[in-house]
Amino acid sequence: MVLELHKPRPIWQIMFSTHHTDVGLLYLITSLAFLFLGGALALAIRAELFFPGSQIIADSMTFNRIFTVHGTTLIFLFILPSASAVGNYFVPIMVRYKDMAYPKLNAIAFWMIPPGGALIWLGFADFTWYATPPYSVISAPGPAADMWIFGLKILGVSSILGAINFVVTILKCKHPDMSIGQVPLLAWSFLSSSLIILVALPTFAAALLMLLTDRLGVSGFFNPALGGDPIAYAHLFWFTFHPEVYVLVIPAIGMMYEIVPRFSRRPIRIYSSGIAAFVLLAIVGFSSWAHHMYATGLSFTEKTVFMVGTLAAVPASAMHVFNLLGSMWSGRIRFATPMMWAVGGIALFFSAGAGGVVNSAMPLDFVTHDSYWVVGHFHLFVMGTIAFGTIGYVYYMFPYVTGRLYNEMLGKVHFVLAMIGTSMVFFTQHVLGLYGMPRRIYDYPPIPEWIAMNQIASVGAMIIGVSMVIWLANMIYSAGKGKEANMEDPFGLGGHYYYPHQQKNPHH
Amino acid sequence: MVDKHSNWPEWVYIGVVVALLCWVGAEAWNVERLIEHVPEDAEVIKVVGQQWFWTFEHEDGTKEIGELHLETGKAYKFEITSTDVIHSFNIHDYVVLLDAVPGRVNTVWFSPVEAGVHDIQCREYCGLIHYNMRGTLYVEDPS
Repeated sequence: MVLELHKPRPIWQIMFSTHHTDVGLLYLITSLAFLFLGGALALAIRAELFFPGSQIIADSMTFNRIFTVHGTTLIFLFILPSASAVGNYFVPIMVRYKDMAYPKLNAIAFWMIPPGGALIWLGFADFTWYATPPYSVISAPGPAADMWIFGLKILGVSSILGAINFVVTILKCKHPDMSIGQVPLLAWSFLSSSLIILVALPTFAAALLMLLTDRLGVSGFFNPALGGDPIAYAHLFWFTFHPEVYVLVIPAIGMMYEIVPRFSRRPIRIYSSGIAAFVLLAIVGFSSWAHHMYATGLSFTEKTVFMVGTLAAVPASAMHVFNLLGSMWSGRIRFATPMMWAVGGIALFFSAGAGGVVNSAMPLDFVTHDSYWVVGHFHLFVMGTIAFGTIGYVYYMFPYVTGRLYNEMLGKVHFVLAMIGTSMVFFTQHVLGLYGMPRRIYDYPPIPEWIAMNQIASVGAMIIGVSMVIWLANMIYSAGKGKEANMEDPFGLGGHYYYPHQQKNPHH
Repeated sequence: MVDKHSNWPEWVYIGVVVALLCWVGAEAWNVERLIEHVPEDAEVIKVVGQQWFWTFEHEDGTKEIGELHLETGKAYKFEITSTDVIHSFNIHDYVVLLDAVPGRVNTVWFSPVEAGVHDIQCREYCGLIHYNMRGTLYVEDPS
């Protein structure tokens, strides 16, 4: 699908289409809608924490529900679907195939997201995105908690279906003339992240069922009163969700691999080291899950093993940074909006990784664990790296979706404001964590340092909010009234792009 | 695709990164090993977390709720557990942090050096009043 506004079709034709660009468009619009919804919840959280005491949120239960749905939404309903959007548009083109391998499965995977999202939003559970047992078993109010569990179950199945589709498309449907070593790095990123999903996600699927039967009172897997162990849930959960971190970040790195060389007007510095780093991350990502659990009372040996496993993932991430910077090094760079987002994303990715080394070092983890440091740390990944890469890529593919150019000036303003805001929120939260503020708290004692840091972070969040409104206005206006794009070379860089709009769509 | 560039700068770079990581890992291992060595004469304090307050029991059987009075110069070993959901016992000023898990007893020790007042808080989400599951540690000079 492309240029909908040039050649309008009835909306049901897009909704019931199985063509990869149509499904990509559905993924894109859904994920961006959830980005704005989840972002609004973040602003509510930041407004509440501007002063100690109760501000705009009436009680702690509402606050707890808000941060739970904020996290769940942005991870499962923004990051994963937005990556699928990009993958749907570009992976088939990159492997030179007419569509995804299983178009109907592709549409089914997408259509599981709205009911999953609806369950999460209508339920509005309060037990954090980790669904912490035994709280989630014995204390969390239903039916919100049960709706969350079913919602996640549906989204998990959707992820697995999507992953199967990407793996088969890339490995079996690529053009016979193309070896796997010639597949572009963006497609490689989808191959490695999809393989991680297939290995990691079933564990969480099992844990969710166990959590549900525990809540129904027919089992006691995670309920100590019935002889269960909540730490077992921690292992099952993090065995899925530490590798899942790489599922989230790898496609964003892939998008940077598409943007950075293109706007530097030179090939990627070392293509093979990009592949090696993706494969390494996909493997090493499985050796570090219990670094989330140092404070649950792991033995010294366990902590040592998982610290080494965690540190082992750092060189692969560092290779990506090297490769991206190396591509810029001798390039003729054009700092158009997508490039600015990618470069900002690389800088924040580096910062996030450096902070991660601190977290993984055993004694230091007891300073940062479950404090605002951790909040700042992983937000530098999810916002600073993944959202930055994705937003840059949305700008990059905008001409192929709408046939028009966005407003370059507003795009740059969006980036500058978001970069300032992101730095203000998340670097400050690191410091706040060093001052000892725990995460997930509705109110805090009036400690002067805590107040000051919270206020800086809240102002930063509002700046991000403003920048996102500018983005939304730019996208809506430019989609209808923007300058016509030169579809062969929308950014005036020369060379050959991947052209989603040239894919033959039988419904068009 | 054939890489036209030589790879040596990347190998040097990876070497530097790996060396740094080895140093961080070795230091962390060494420090943690020293920290985890509990002194033999440490006094045991039983810490129980429940929604949403802390209970402390001294070796002589005296109990305190929400407040903990300790003396400088002594080593204390906390035996931490919970009666309902997971909490996390935290005296941030002394980097004392360990989860209170129902059905388990976790231990951590520390030795206060100076008289003073410090915050005790819960660092793991535990429900409605998690934000206010706070206590106070009073460190006094031995009389």
